[in-house]
This record gives sequence, structure tokens and C-alpha cells, in this order.
Amino acid sequence: MHLDFLSSLIFASDRLWVWLALYGFSLASAYSAYSLVTGKFMAPRLTFGLISAGFVCQTLFLVDRGHQIGRCPITNFFELLVFLGWSMILIYLLIGSSYRLSLLGVITAPFVSVLNIWALLASDHPLRTGHQPVNPWLETHTSFSIVACGAFALAGVAGLMYLFQERQLKTRKPGSIFFRLPPITTLTIANSRLLWLGFVLFTVGLGSGFFIGQEVDWRKVAWSVLVWALYGGILLGRLRHTMGAKWIATLSIIAFSLLLSVFWGIRFISDSPTVR
Amino acid sequence: MSIYCFGLSHQTAAVDVRERFAIPESALPDALGRLKTMPGLAEGLIVSTCNRTEFYVTGEFRDSPALAFFESFYGNLRAGDETHLFRLWANQSVLHLFRVASGLESMIVGETEIFGQVKRAYEFATGAQTTGKLLNRLFQKSFQVGKQVRSSTAITRGSVSIGSVAVDLAEQIFGDLDGCKIMILGAGETSERTARAFRSRGAEQIFVSNRSFERAAALVAITGGRAIHFEDWEQEFRDLDILVSSTAAQHAIITLDKLAPFLRSRRHRPLFMIDLAMPRDIEPAVNKLDSVYLYDLDSLQAMTERTLEVRRQEAENCHRLIDRHVQDFQLWVERTQPANFSPIAIQLPGA
Repeated sequence: MHLDFLSSLIFASDRLWVWLALYGFSLASAYSAYSLVTGKFMAPRLTFGLISAGFVCQTLFLVDRGHQIGRCPITNFFELLVFLGWSMILIYLLIGSSYRLSLLGVITAPFVSVLNIWALLASDHPLRTGHQPVNPWLETHTSFSIVACGAFALAGVAGLMYLFQERQLKTRKPGSIFFRLPPITTLTIANSRLLWLGFVLFTVGLGSGFFIGQEVDWRKVAWSVLVWALYGGILLGRLRHTMGAKWIATLSIIAFSLLLSVFWGIRFISDSPTVR
Repeated sequence: MSIYCFGLSHQTAAVDVRERFAIPESALPDALGRLKTMPGLAEGLIVSTCNRTEFYVTGEFRDSPALAFFESFYGNLRAGDETHLFRLWANQSVLHLFRVASGLESMIVGETEIFGQVKRAYEFATGAQTTGKLLNRLFQKSFQVGKQVRSSTAITRGSVSIGSVAVDLAEQIFGDLDGCKIMILGAGETSERTARAFRSRGAEQIFVSNRSFERAAALVAITGGRAIHFEDWEQEFRDLDILVSSTAAQHAIITLDKLAPFLRSRRHRPLFMIDLAMPRDIEPAVNKLDSVYLYDLDSLQAMTERTLEVRRQEAENCHRLIDRHVQDFQLWVERTQPANFSPIAIQLPGA
């Protein structure tokens, strides 16, 4: 009884980091939305600071939970969503600052906020107290696949921003938001590099999945290979210049939507409630 | 003791009047020296730009010092000159200076050049030792207000000239312009202004082509870049990023059929086309092509008008912000200045 109480206390404390991260991302989202809608001055550092603070909290959760379970904390749907949000923010912080894509955070923050809310509502099965042997292939498979999803999500966001900018340019009536978004050439480059990053990570994740040593769920494999092939096709089109930036942006969004459906597919098709 | 502001501006006088009262920078030290000798004057400062010549003075005066000062400063005034003078006193002067420094009194509302001009005028005055505690505080406060208005409102947002709008759009397509290849067809005044606008934002590879090669070469001599013969411009088209067309041709020189084959070899790189000609040089249908963005005079003009409208609406927010700073300044004056100083917002007769 005493042990159970302690466990629940710890259990509650690490979820607190996710709540704190949610506050950071939500504040960043609300502030950015207010600035964009009213056209008022926006302090990019404040948005960046709030997102960074949320990221630190999310990282602390993952470290805390990882220590408790002795493995990469992607053992249930709650952890999976938190890890996905963390991956997106990590890539935003790395890529966003490189490409002056501060507004990428404006779209990323609400997206990650929704992921966190979803995570907090999702089932977080009690942790197993005894440490089970770690399968490095499984750890590689899950972590690389999810970080790849983060990169693909941001590629989709960059694609969305590209389509918005392109539409504004074509209609010749750009609004005030137009001049606050990054140039379309920058968005094209960022979209392309995010796709490459995601594709490489996803390939590693997918490849390592074959070495886990458990029975292969071919439905999962088929879904994953389909997504992998779609992203590969987009990149091939980009490499051979057979597709314009508008097409690539559109396909990035479609592919990510499919990827999300894979998540759902894996969750509901699989016999197991976890991603394993 | 109070603060007075008097002078003339584009709002009170036409250019032929303003130019008679303008004080060039080279004559400012002498003008400030004469200002210092004015009876009753404690401090003085002159702001003189192409749109305004304004005097800010403090001291003990029975009446407005404006007319007497102008007569002694400029010599004999012409009949009717006094009607162009504005005269402000106390808080009206403070309010006016804050509005000037914020660009709200400018011909193009929200322009930022005036801020630097006011700053320069203040530097001249401090150099000539014609300012004291009151004007120092007033002008430093005006710089603070000007900065705050610019940074916390949308008063400076957007561009208000066709050339600047075109360059803004180019930056939203390509980011930095230093790596962009820009071709300008036509070598008239419009082409020159646009070339200058691109050059001012870092564009380096500018090509100018005109039916008269000499005129193209003459334009290049002013703006930099390279002149090319009109027969050769299509050869450069494949590598172009931006095309500005402003020729006197009576028919479209760039059509959908002509452009489509070029695009295949461009590998989906964006092409920004700016048609400043009347009649138009570029067939409007090219805007339908993938990665091609065409803007003509009307679309650019509409953007400048939208910007001005936004600035006019934003001026209301600026007024509220400036009013608060005027009150702050009044409080400071009441705390630190002699009791006989009464900065009450009263406009002098004739102002």
C-alpha cells in the first residue's frame, strides 16, 4: 500500500512536467494567434522562449520517465504522443532558427499543445516496477520512427505555410500576415530538408524494426512501407525536378495526413495497445 | 518660461514658400548662433527638412515670438508669409514634436526618415550649445516616443511606393536579393527608380536592356549592373529570377506562349515579373503558370493604398500613446521647473 502510494506520487509528478509544457505551448499559441489576428507587434523572442520552456519541461518528463522505466519512454500511447510533440519541438528549435522560420513555431506550438492535451487524456498505464531487458533494436525502431514523424510533421507545416504564401502571391492581395511569414524560397528549402531528415530517420527506424526479433505484424509493415515509398517518391520528384514546389508542399501535407492515419492504424489494427 | 514651436511645413505652405525658409545643414551653425542672441530666449533648436522648417524655443516672451523672430531672422517678409506660419505653445509644442518624430506629421504618414532628421537637428543644437535642461529632456523624450511608436504600432508597416512594394514582394519570394538575377526592360524613369529600389536592398546582378543601348548603358552607369542589347535579353531569361518590364511597346512583348518553353528549363524556380508599362508588356495570363508571379501597376498601386489605409487607421493608436507621453512630460515639467511654468494646452491666437 505504501509502495503504491509512492508510485502514484511519482507517477503524478512526472505528468506535471507535461502539464507545465502544455502551459508553455498554449501561452505561445495564444500570444502568437493574438498577434497575428490583431496585426499587432509580436515579440518573436517571447514565443521562442515559451516554446523553449515547454520543451525543457517535456525533456524533463522524458528523462524522469526514462529513469523510472529504464528505457526510452515510448511504452504507451501517452508517452508516444509526448515523445512525438517533443520531437517536433526539437526539430523546430534546430531547423526553425537556422532558416529564420520563427513563425513555424506559431503553427507548431498549437499543434504540440493539442498533442499534449490528447496525451494527458489518453491512457497512461501504470508503470511496470521491475525493469525488463532492453531491446536496442526496438528502442531504435520506435525512437527514430517518432523523431522522423516530428520532421515530417514540420515538413507538412512548412508545406502549409508555402501554400498559404503562394496563394497570397497569386491572388495579388497579400494580407498583413504574408509579410510576417518566411519567403517561399526559404519555405521550399526548409520543406525539402525536413523531408530528407524525416526520410533518413524513418528509413533507419523502419529498417531496425526488422531486427527486433519479435513476430512481424505485416499490416504495420505494409502501412509503414507505403508511407516510406510515398515520401521517397516526393523526394525523387524533387531531386529530378519533375515536381514543382507547390506539388511537393501539397504532397507533404497529404503524406503527413497518411502518416497520422498510420498511427491510428497501428493503434487500432495492432493486437497490442502500444506501438511495439 | 514655456516652450514655443513655430515655423512652416508641408501642411501650411507650398514648396515655393518652404524653399525660401529652408535652412540647409551648412547654414545651421550660423542660424543657431543668431537664435541664441534673440531677446528673452533661453534655449533654441531648428529642425529644417524639405517638408518643414521648425523652431523650438524656450524663454520668457510676452507674445508669441514667431513673427518677430522670423522678421529678424529672414529679413523682410513678403505679404502673406505670416499666414503660412504655425505657432504652438506649451503642450501643443510638445505634442507636435512627438508627432513629428513619430512620422505622423510627415507627408507620407509613418515614414522614418524624419526621426533621423530630428535627431540630427538635436545634435547640431547641442553642438552649438543652444539647448538646456528643458529642450534636452523634450527631445530625448521625443526619440523615446518615436522609437516606441515605430516598434509597438503598425504605423511604419508596409511600403508606400511602387518600387518598394515590388522589392518587398521580391524579398517574400526569394529572401535575400543579393543572389538574385534581375533584368530591367526599358530605361526610363520608372525603370531607374525600380532599379535603385532593388539596389538599395542588396541586389547585385542587375541587367538593363533597352531598344536604345545607349540609354541602357546610361542607366547602368547610375544604378550599377550590366547593359545588354535588346535583341539579346531573351538569352538571359533562363537564369532570371526577377523581370521588371517598363518599355514603350504598344503590345505585350512577353506572352504565355513565349514564356512556357523557358519555364521547362528553369526547373520550377520562381519567376517574379513586374509589369510597370502602360500599355502592359506582359500578358496577364502568365500569372496562371506554375511558379510565376506577375504584378502590374494596378496590383502594386492597390497594395500601396492598402498600406496607407492601414497606417491611417493605426494613427489613432499612435495618438493615444503619444498623449500619454505628453502627460508624462508635463508631470516632469511640473516637478522640476519653476512654478511660473504653465504648460497648459492652449493654442495661441492665429495658430
